[in-house]
Amino acid sequence: MEATASSVRREARDWIEENFDPQLSLRAWLERLADSGWARPGWPAGWYGRGLPPDLAALTYAEFNRVDAPGPPAGLGVMLAAPTIIANASDDLKRQFVRAVLVGDHLWCQLFSEPGAGSDLAGLQTRAERDGDEFIVNGQKVWTSMGQIADYGMLLARTDPDVPKHRGITYFALPMNQPGVEVRPLIQMTGESGFSEVFLSGARVAASAIIGELNGGWAVAQSTLGFERTSLGAATGLGFRLTAPGGSRFLQQQEVSVGEFIAAAKTNPRSFGTGGTAMTTGGIAGLVRLAAELGRERDPEVRQQIVRLYTLSAANGWNGQRASAALKAGGRAGPEASLGKLMASRVARQWRDTASLIAGPLGMLAGDDGPLGGRLASQLLATPGPSIYGGSDQIQRNIIGERVLGLPREPDSSRTMPFRELKVGTQVSGEQS
Amino acid sequence: MIFTFTDEQRELAATLRRFLQDKSPSAEVRRLMQTEPGYDPQTWAQLAGQLGLPGLVVPEKYGGSGAGPVELAIACEEMGRALLCAPYFATAVLAVHALLASGDQAAQEEFLPALADGTSIATLAVCEDDGAWTTSGLRTRARRGAGGYTLDGRKSFVLDGHTADLLLVVAQADGGPSLFAVPADADGLGRRLLDTLDMTRKQAVLSLDGVPARLIGAEGSAAGVVERTLRLAAVALAAEQVGGAQRCLDMSVEYAKIRMQFGRLIGSFQAIKHMCADLLLEVESARSAAYYAAWAAEEQSDELPLVASLAKALCSEAYFRAAADNIQIHGGIGFTWEHDAHLYYRRAKSSELMLGTPSEHREIAAGYLIDGAAR
Repeated sequence: MEATASSVRREARDWIEENFDPQLSLRAWLERLADSGWARPGWPAGWYGRGLPPDLAALTYAEFNRVDAPGPPAGLGVMLAAPTIIANASDDLKRQFVRAVLVGDHLWCQLFSEPGAGSDLAGLQTRAERDGDEFIVNGQKVWTSMGQIADYGMLLARTDPDVPKHRGITYFALPMNQPGVEVRPLIQMTGESGFSEVFLSGARVAASAIIGELNGGWAVAQSTLGFERTSLGAATGLGFRLTAPGGSRFLQQQEVSVGEFIAAAKTNPRSFGTGGTAMTTGGIAGLVRLAAELGRERDPEVRQQIVRLYTLSAANGWNGQRASAALKAGGRAGPEASLGKLMASRVARQWRDTASLIAGPLGMLAGDDGPLGGRLASQLLATPGPSIYGGSDQIQRNIIGERVLGLPREPDSSRTMPFRELKVGTQVSGEQS
Repeated sequence: MIFTFTDEQRELAATLRRFLQDKSPSAEVRRLMQTEPGYDPQTWAQLAGQLGLPGLVVPEKYGGSGAGPVELAIACEEMGRALLCAPYFATAVLAVHALLASGDQAAQEEFLPALADGTSIATLAVCEDDGAWTTSGLRTRARRGAGGYTLDGRKSFVLDGHTADLLLVVAQADGGPSLFAVPADADGLGRRLLDTLDMTRKQAVLSLDGVPARLIGAEGSAAGVVERTLRLAAVALAAEQVGGAQRCLDMSVEYAKIRMQFGRLIGSFQAIKHMCADLLLEVESARSAAYYAAWAAEEQSDELPLVASLAKALCSEAYFRAAADNIQIHGGIGFTWEHDAHLYYRRAKSSELMLGTPSEHREIAAGYLIDGAAR
């Protein structure tokens, strides 16, 4: 029978009625949720999902959120690693990793970017060399979220430097808890540390942990980046509002009951409702309040800029709604689906510029001395982020220009010459040990 | 369902696009824009007879199709794309909505059937010399005498005012701003075609010197009528702008795929590619806003006053940017008379300034978003 909004909603509700039990341990609940397919109903039915299209999957989350049911641990495992493994890896690897992500046995990090390979990711220099049934990995990765606590890393490494750059890369599931992996915090321009640098010195990974084919890692990386783009764009707020702790270092936190966990999460709002990616929103409420406090809410320029912010943010939401309506109608989403990330960074800049227009000289102040309890200063410093991470605005424009509008690629000799002969990053490379 | 077109709506768009490719190619637009009437009566008759478009939102009991704002948006988008030269916006959007908003059943019965079947052209005259779409500070006066009302003054920026058979004129009566019907052959009425930036949509100035006029609706009721009409017209114009903006983007992308410089297609240069990508973001966001506003109008949502203004502001700026960047991407050829880019540039700028500028619409939106005014 064809799934409809009401049939799916009813099915989810019935299942919750039958299975959701606050007395269960968090661990038991996560296992029950994972095995039922409701943890990620958009995944394939054979691999812990129910094969539902995105809009129907979103409806089911609302049912779970109605009872505050905790979902699988948030992070890159659920968002990127498991979808990539499902789409590209052997059944053995799927059995090893997919369920482990949903029940929280494994937290994942992404080992893609390097100091010399950002936008030109295929220029990466980290090497993996065969040693019997294993590979030995040497190199440096950067911008790694959760590096300190991750159990596995989605590693891209060069396995053949004698072929053009895209053809000599392999995608591994690298165990992070080993002597050859050193993780150091990276301090961002905001003064905070949300990322790490990862130094790989003789780290070991089994040949059986290759996701996809040897030297076929580029295509697999593209599928990960596709999952990343969709999750950074307009479609936020989909999923469980409350997510369970996970990762091998935090497993004892799953011993509490579901009921206790929910109660604790509610009394500590910091941990409640952090399921989605934290991004600058187009919310205007804070800015309207600030303008009123400073007596600037009648200033015509302030009013224009606040409305511009609201418009961009609303348009981004409407683009997303239009894309999902197209999917739902059985068609393919149009070009509007690929624009969310570019628009999100524009919204962030408009928020920053409007906020500093309103604040005037107060915009020089930060922390407790600053407007909006310091939020203005912290957002101002955070704004350059969205237009760089997950593929810079410039890379997004290339993607939109080439894949959506069908414009020709830039001629690029680096695509055909052996990696060994390439210059990469700010150093001459390809010849390092 | 919002953002989901029915099969009939998709068919309307496809049929109209074919019709306009046939009847309103660039050569025909260029011929008509240099004539005084500015439209082809035969094409207008076919638009009415074959497609029933002038009566799209006219209720069925008055001979129309009884369709809603979404269908009207679809029609306007296609016409904007083709730069159709016809008194469509004046008749089917402004005049029809004004008559419907007036609540004057006798006038609706009398006028709407002829507008729906295309035998009559009508327009709405709100603006005076400053071009503001407002009913406050009107200088055109309506006086009530023994033989009924007479109008004195000047109305300007009247779309197709030189060819319309029926002029709906807003004038200041003793009881406040009021709506009047004036036939084109009325005594004391002078009409002059204005020289306009956008030659594909004609505007006229009307001089009224003791012109006999018929009151539509109640005296003093025109402020509300004009406000409701402008809201729906802003949504229709936003959709028209989306059609034009999309055409500009299409022209840019097509050209970037065939023009070679430095031994490469110019679309392979990031300088061009990124402009096109940014335009896509503009155009798609404008489209989402226009459609959202059309559905808000369809559902008579409380959000309509806000989103109609947001859509008009966003679509106006998106269209103008697309039209200007289209010229830039074409380079020298884009700056010539023979290339169509300037026709869109003219329409884009003109429609940006019509029915309220983007800044004025954002100020309206600010009233809801910042002042929380429940107007």
